[in-house]
Amino acid sequence: MDKFRTLTSTIVPLPIENVDTDQIIPARFLKATSKDGFGDNLFRDWRYDKQGNPIKDFVLNDPTYKGEILVAGKNFGSGSSREHAAWAVAGYGFKVVVSSFFADIFRNNAMNNFVLPVVVSDSFLSEIFASVKSDSAMTLTVDLEKQTVTNNHTGKSESFSINGYKRECFLKGLDDIDYLLSKKDKIEEYEKGKSLL
Amino acid sequence: MNTLFDKIWDAHVVTKLEDGPTQLYIDRLYCHEVTSPQAFEGLRKRGLDVFRPAQVCCMPDHNIPTLHQDKPIVDPVSKKQVDTLDKNAKDFGVQYFPIGNAKNGIIHVVGPEYGLSLPGMTMVCGDSHTSTHGAMGAVAFGIGTSEVEMVLATQCVFQTKPKTMRIRFEGKLKAGVLAKDMALYMISKMTTGGATGYFVEYAGEAVRALSMEGRMTLCNLSIEMGARGGLVAPDETTFAYVKGREFAPVGEAWDKAVAYWKTLKSDGDALFDKEILFDASEIEPMVTYGTNPGMGMGVSSSVPSIEEMEESGRASFAKSLDYMGFKSGEKLMGKPIDYVFLGSCTNGRIEDFRVFADFVKGKKKADGIVVWLVPGSWAVDRQIRQEGLDKVLNEAGFELRQPGCSACLAMNEDKVPAGKYAVSTSNRNFEGRQGPGARTILAGPLVAAAAAVTGKITDPRML
Repeated sequence: MDKFRTLTSTIVPLPIENVDTDQIIPARFLKATSKDGFGDNLFRDWRYDKQGNPIKDFVLNDPTYKGEILVAGKNFGSGSSREHAAWAVAGYGFKVVVSSFFADIFRNNAMNNFVLPVVVSDSFLSEIFASVKSDSAMTLTVDLEKQTVTNNHTGKSESFSINGYKRECFLKGLDDIDYLLSKKDKIEEYEKGKSLL
Repeated sequence: MNTLFDKIWDAHVVTKLEDGPTQLYIDRLYCHEVTSPQAFEGLRKRGLDVFRPAQVCCMPDHNIPTLHQDKPIVDPVSKKQVDTLDKNAKDFGVQYFPIGNAKNGIIHVVGPEYGLSLPGMTMVCGDSHTSTHGAMGAVAFGIGTSEVEMVLATQCVFQTKPKTMRIRFEGKLKAGVLAKDMALYMISKMTTGGATGYFVEYAGEAVRALSMEGRMTLCNLSIEMGARGGLVAPDETTFAYVKGREFAPVGEAWDKAVAYWKTLKSDGDALFDKEILFDASEIEPMVTYGTNPGMGMGVSSSVPSIEEMEESGRASFAKSLDYMGFKSGEKLMGKPIDYVFLGSCTNGRIEDFRVFADFVKGKKKADGIVVWLVPGSWAVDRQIRQEGLDKVLNEAGFELRQPGCSACLAMNEDKVPAGKYAVSTSNRNFEGRQGPGARTILAGPLVAAAAAVTGKITDPRML
C-alpha cells in the first residue's frame, strides 16, 4: 500500500450533514465481487439523473472543484457498514476525508483502505466551507506526522487525533492482517485459556 | 463495578496494543454474499485458509428473490454474487445455509433462531445490523470487509474499545406500542449520530418486559443512532428462548452455560460513560417523516418546522422534506401511501407476523396498494403456516412471499418505484434505500398493518 505522510490539495466541498453510506454508494451497486470500479458510482444518485446524465449542480460534476480531499458535513458515513463506501471514496481518488464527525464503521473502513479520516472542530469545518466559497482554488494541508490540518486560505491550523498504531500503518503502508497473522501464537494461547472456563 | 459490556469485552481481549486498538477474539462470524467476496478473495491472494471454519456461518440473504427461489436467479450480477458465496463456503469448509435450504433466511433472524447466537459471545458480520444479536446478552457489531478478512484469517479483529452508555426505559408501554416504536422514539431523541462511539446497554422495566424478539428489534436499530452495538442482559426470558434450539448447549454443558450467563449483568455500582432515561409510557406509535431514522415522530404529530432546526442542519432538513414531498409543520395522518413492506432483520419475525395478522383479521387490504409480506426466514415461514396465519392473511387479501432481505434495501426485484410512498417495517429511510427515488416511512408492524387496510398513514389505535 502507498505510504502517507503529508498531502496538500485543493478540496471538494460537500456541506451536507448525515451523508449515509447508501448515498455514498447505493445498494444496487454492491453486487461486485472485487474492490474495483466503485469510484465511478460514488454519490451515484446525487451525481447522475435516471438517464445517467450528470446533474450539473452536484459538486463532483462542477469543474470548479477538484482535489484529493473531500470535505463533508457532520456525521459522514452513517448507516450501512458496507466497505464499498470506502472503496468508492478511494476509487474516485480521494486520499483524505475531512469532517467534524464520522460514523464509527466508515471511519474504520476508510482507514483500512488508506483513506485518512480527519476530524476537525465544527468551527474549523465551517471556515473551510467559507474559504472555498470565496476561493475555489484554496488548499488544505494534512500532515500526518505532526497530526495537523491547515487551511492555507486562512493560515489556521488544527491538530487531529489518530491512534499511534494506525498512524504507523499509514506512514509505513502496512495493514492489520499482516500484524494479526504475526500474533497467531497469542490467539491459540487465548483459545486454550478460554476452553478451560 | 463493571458493566455487562466490559465483562464480555474483557473476556475476549487477546492483547491490547499500546496507543492502539484491542485485538478482540470473535466467537462467531456471520457472512452474507454482499460483504464477503472480497474478504475470501483476500485469503486466496495471501494463500490462507479460514482459521476456525466451525465458527463461521454463511448464508445468502440480500440478493435473493422472494418469489420462485427454486428457479435460478434472473439478475446475472446477483446470481454471480450468490454463486460466489456458494463457492467460497464450499472451498473454505464453513457452515453454510444456501438459498432454498430449510435454515436459510436473513442472517440476523437465523442466528438466534438456531441457537448460533448465545449470551456472552462476541459476534461480527459485515453488516451494521449485526447489533441484533446483542439481544441475547452478547457483544455483536457490524464490521467492514477488510475486517471480515481479518476474522476469517485469525478469528480476531482490531477494535478500539467503545465507551459505554445505558439507556433505561422505565414504566410500561401503552397498548398498541411496540419495540419498534421504542426504538424509533429513542433514535428521534438521540439523533442518528447521538450514540456514535458508544456501546449501549438497554435496561429498565419496559425492556425487561420485552420478548426476545422485541429485544432483537430494539438492539437491531442501535446502529441507527450511531451506536457500535446494543445489548440486553440475559435473564429467564433469554434462557427460555435459547433452550432446545439446535446449536444451543445441552445437558451438563447447558447447566454450566446458564450458570455463567447468570453472571452476565452490570454490577450495581457499574459506571457508564453516559446514562439516558426514557419514560416508556410517553411513547406513541411512531412513523418517520424524513430521510434518516432519527427523523421520527408520533403518528399523529406534525412534521417539525424548519425554524426549530439548528442553522447548520437546515439545508439537510429542507433537502430531506423535499425528497419526501412533505411540508414543514404538516400532519401525516391520512396521507395516501402506495406500498407496505413487512419484513427485514428488524421486523421479519413470527411475532411481527402475528401482530400484523391479528390486526388485519376480518378486514381487507386497501385497493390499489402493493403489500409485500416477507418472512425473515424459512423457520418463520413454517411457523406462520403452522399457526394458520397464512390463511388469515389470504382471507384479508394478502399473500406471503419467500424469505430474504427484500425491499429493505432493494437489492433484489422488490423495489419501490420513484416517488411512491412505502410504509416499511425495515430499518432505513435513506434516499433511494428501497429503490431509486422511493419514499420510505419507517414504522412498526401495527402501523404497517393499519396502512395496509386503509391505504393511508393511520394510527392503528383508531381502528
